Amino acid sequence: MITTLLYSLTGLILFGMGFFTLIVHSHPLRKILAVNVMATGVFLILIATAYIPLGQGEVDPVPHAMVLTGIVVSVSVTALALILACRVQETSNVDLLRERKRSQGTKESRR
Amino acid sequence: MILFAADTPSWMIVPVALPLIAGLFCFLLSRRTFVIALLAVLANLFVVCLLVRQLLLFGPMRCQIGGWQPPLGISLRTDGPALLMLLMTAVTGLAVTLYARGYFSYRISDPLRAGRHRQQQRYFWPLWLLLLAGLNGLFLASDIFNLYVTLEIIGISAASLAALSGKPASQRASFRYLLVSLLGSITYLLGIVFVYRSCGVLDLDLLRDLAGNGSAMRAALALLSVGLLLKTALVPLHFWLPPAHANALAPVSVILSALVVKGSFYLLFRFWFEVFAPIVTTAALNFMGTLGAIAILWGAMQAIRQHRLKLMVAYSTVSQLGYLFVAFPLSRVVEGTHIWSIVIFMALTHACAKSAMFMAAGSVYLHLGHDRIKDLDGVRSSLPVTVFAYGIAGVSLMGLPPSGAFIAKWMLLSASFASAQWWWALVIMTGSLLAMVYVFRVMSRFFVNSEGSSGKQTVALSPLLEWPALILALIALFLGLLAPWPLRILSQGSIGLVQILSGGMV
Amino acid sequence: MNSGQLLLVSILLSSFIPGIIIFCLPEEKHRLRTFLNLCGSIVKISLVLLLNVGIYYGHLFEIRIPLIPGVEILLNGDPLSALFATLSSVLWLLTTIYAVGYLEGSPNRSHFFGYFSLCVTVTIGIALAGNLVTFLLFYEMLTLTTYPLVIHRGTEKSLRAGRNYLIYAFGGGAVFLVAVVWLQSIVGPVDFSAAGFSSSYLDSNGTVLALIFVLLIIGVGVKAALVPLHGWLPQAMVAPAPVSALLHAVAVVKAGAFGIIRIVLDVYGAQNLLLLGVLPLLAGAATITILYGSIRALQQDDLKRRLAFSTISQVSYIALGMSMVDQPLAVIGGLVHLVHQGVMKITLFFCAGNLAETLGIHRISEMNGVARRMPLTMAAFTVAALGMIGIPPTIGFVSKWYLGLGGLAGGNWWLLLVLVVSSLLNGWYFLPILIRAWFAEQQGAWPDEMYSGRFETRLMLLVPPLITAFVVLIAGLVANAQISPLAWVRFIVRGYSL
Repeated sequence: MITTLLYSLTGLILFGMGFFTLIVHSHPLRKILAVNVMATGVFLILIATAYIPLGQGEVDPVPHAMVLTGIVVSVSVTALALILACRVQETSNVDLLRERKRSQGTKESRR
Repeated sequence: MILFAADTPSWMIVPVALPLIAGLFCFLLSRRTFVIALLAVLANLFVVCLLVRQLLLFGPMRCQIGGWQPPLGISLRTDGPALLMLLMTAVTGLAVTLYARGYFSYRISDPLRAGRHRQQQRYFWPLWLLLLAGLNGLFLASDIFNLYVTLEIIGISAASLAALSGKPASQRASFRYLLVSLLGSITYLLGIVFVYRSCGVLDLDLLRDLAGNGSAMRAALALLSVGLLLKTALVPLHFWLPPAHANALAPVSVILSALVVKGSFYLLFRFWFEVFAPIVTTAALNFMGTLGAIAILWGAMQAIRQHRLKLMVAYSTVSQLGYLFVAFPLSRVVEGTHIWSIVIFMALTHACAKSAMFMAAGSVYLHLGHDRIKDLDGVRSSLPVTVFAYGIAGVSLMGLPPSGAFIAKWMLLSASFASAQWWWALVIMTGSLLAMVYVFRVMSRFFVNSEGSSGKQTVALSPLLEWPALILALIALFLGLLAPWPLRILSQGSIGLVQILSGGMV
Repeated sequence: MNSGQLLLVSILLSSFIPGIIIFCLPEEKHRLRTFLNLCGSIVKISLVLLLNVGIYYGHLFEIRIPLIPGVEILLNGDPLSALFATLSSVLWLLTTIYAVGYLEGSPNRSHFFGYFSLCVTVTIGIALAGNLVTFLLFYEMLTLTTYPLVIHRGTEKSLRAGRNYLIYAFGGGAVFLVAVVWLQSIVGPVDFSAAGFSSSYLDSNGTVLALIFVLLIIGVGVKAALVPLHGWLPQAMVAPAPVSALLHAVAVVKAGAFGIIRIVLDVYGAQNLLLLGVLPLLAGAATITILYGSIRALQQDDLKRRLAFSTISQVSYIALGMSMVDQPLAVIGGLVHLVHQGVMKITLFFCAGNLAETLGIHRISEMNGVARRMPLTMAAFTVAALGMIGIPPTIGFVSKWYLGLGGLAGGNWWLLLVLVVSSLLNGWYFLPILIRAWFAEQQGAWPDEMYSGRFETRLMLLVPPLITAFVVLIAGLVANAQISPLAWVRFIVRGYSL
């Protein structure tokens, strides 16, 4: 019971941290990573749900199936998000790796 | 056993599988993509009509894919609301497909950037078919996790479509759109986790029986709702919608505005009024209604303030979505199917009218090379059909009789008087008048007589760019007169009658 | 579908189908368009006459299309709707002839005549509406179909007028919708044929029903140009003259007045209104409008604006008649004024249009001696103006006579006072025009003389006002005959057993 709770709490904390980063930071790459952290948090809780102590019955397969699907979805979405972020970088002078903006004027075009 | 007889439920796999397969072919073949897409969309419409007929004859149905039972198997089901949404998607989808053909041909005929436009067209068809499959899956799926998958499919394809135009503004808007959509899905997924922990099932029908009054379920519903509200763009979560919708290519704006937001709303509505109905409190309903009221007024004011036609139409979507939520607090005074009929009429009218409006805006953009509202003079004489379509669509959005929105507003008003909550009536009518202002602000510019100064003179627009818009607008306008038919389809979907014809593809 | 239903549908289609075809016609197909227009209106008049005969002999004309529970489209031919339908279809024919002459050679005629036909279809729809929902449907459509006509010229000024028109009309429409839904949520669906809902609702919901009555009157009062809801009408004068004729005499203002009649006689019914005690409000609004309109008309130098304020004042006679619904004579006066005002006002607008088109005269101060240049037009104008003042034997006198009799019968002496004062005011703003036109010397050249031919102006512009002026005179002389507007109105009022 304690183990499940621990995992779930960790998952929730990860979710919260990711959410915070997503809201506070404006940098595209950080946002993508934040979303990934959130997803990981949710997966962690899901897996914890499936946990059953040894000898007390069989492991529930449904959450595993969900997590697997979730990971696949998350990978592909991350890929898409990265590509889009690269495009944004190409067209509007936002440097993905260094957080500095390359030139002025982005504020205006950000509208 | 015959797999696809008139009364077998297997037909409902087609609307999901067929666009998916066709989309793959479009992607692989890269030639004749329009023909494949058109055939897929036509077949989709045909099968949806068949499903409607089935519903009227045999009542709601259920189909277990591969014969696997829940919780592991994937199951689909049809009922009144689902089929009406499918029908809406199929009809609008057909019109969009034709319009997109005209749109891309016109753009490719411009020698300056033909290559880029050709590439846009090449990616448009597979993405659109993927989106169609996702939407159909969303309306048919009967399992809360499969719904998550369809939501993700919709989110991915919609964000990619929004980015197609390649302009910096649209790139940024679609990146933001993708993040919001992701945030929504993850929140939704967390909601699923809560549901699964407390109930141990994922199937909607099973959930309906189990949904108790625990705080875990409340938290779950809250999480699911927040996720879906983000995707539905209810004020104050609407910030991503106007730039994403207004900066996309015209056919894409149509799809995003008319169909995609309806998908997540449909799900939200299902949760609130069917699956989790027992734990929904009056305070929560009033809260949603208040947000809806704010959306109506705020969206309309913003629409009035816009200088660009497409942005105005996009803000009008924000405003119109509010009406769907104003129905929430009034649900307690109307009986069972009524509440569905309000939102269905509103959604169907909005889908048709908003598509027509975005199509008209797109055609005007192609014709003039811009969409600044103050410079739209004289479009009436060069694009009469488009102007008609815009006008009729605008009238339907305002909820004038005999449009479907009028029927919905009538029901909303009578519900608000019957329950002595007249303030909703006030909001609804104010919204209609504000809609009048933003619709006719543009309309009057069309009527200004201008001598010769009608922007860049180019090739005449093909009928594919003008007539789909007019036909959709006319459907929206006369939906009110056809009201008994949707009502009949809806009345088939009552909960007690769910007739499980399992076995599907054995 | 039985023959009665077929008749109703074909009355609507007889202008709808030509309208749709005209939209698709290219601009230069001038003859075909005129042919379609005239054909449509002649067919419509014949069908409407057939409807009159059928109603007189007690046939039932009814189409019901249920939409959702409690909401249905109901088309219904009763004597009152026949009155309005006949008025509109006859005046439509004349206005069409006039418009063909007036718009010769101007751009966008396909659109103009297309909307024109749709507008008449919708007006006839208002006439035939059998319940409030159907009335509302056509009432809102009327705004939509007249809007493109109001802004037809496409100038900034006309756009502003159009914007104001929309705001007033849709504002009124919104109030009307709210009132209709509210009323239905209390008393259930009301058909016009029921002549009022059951008075048992008054006990529990008296105040609310009185409030709803006020809302309903506000809703239709916008189109009927009751003060202070009249602001759009004088501005809408920027539209071409046939459109003004349409707004003032055939469709819009009349639709509002007709709505007042329907609400008073058929939705609430005389008994309920007397019990509610809201009629003095209507009477007050009508009186204020009559006097205010006349006084404002005095100050106008622009001829069309003066006529517009005159309309505001004259249409309220109808509301005034309705406010004394317990007096059959007053009701007759109000109802018959629906027809009489239409015929007189359309004559005046035709003449004003002729002056503007032929000589470029827009202001009264430019009219010195114009009767010598255009004697027939000014003769028609004079007959109609005298009718407006209420001088026997014109039809204007008949309306005022019945209104006065009704007032006396009900012991309302103030009504007589209102009639006398307003007639004096009418004389005050019409007689100077007549004196100027007939007796003053011409001063210099006409502002913008555009036509010189065999007649004083184009024949298609000249004939319609002459016909209507003739009617103004003749219908007054033979008011007591078997077939006259008055006889038909008496037939209507008999049906209500007031």
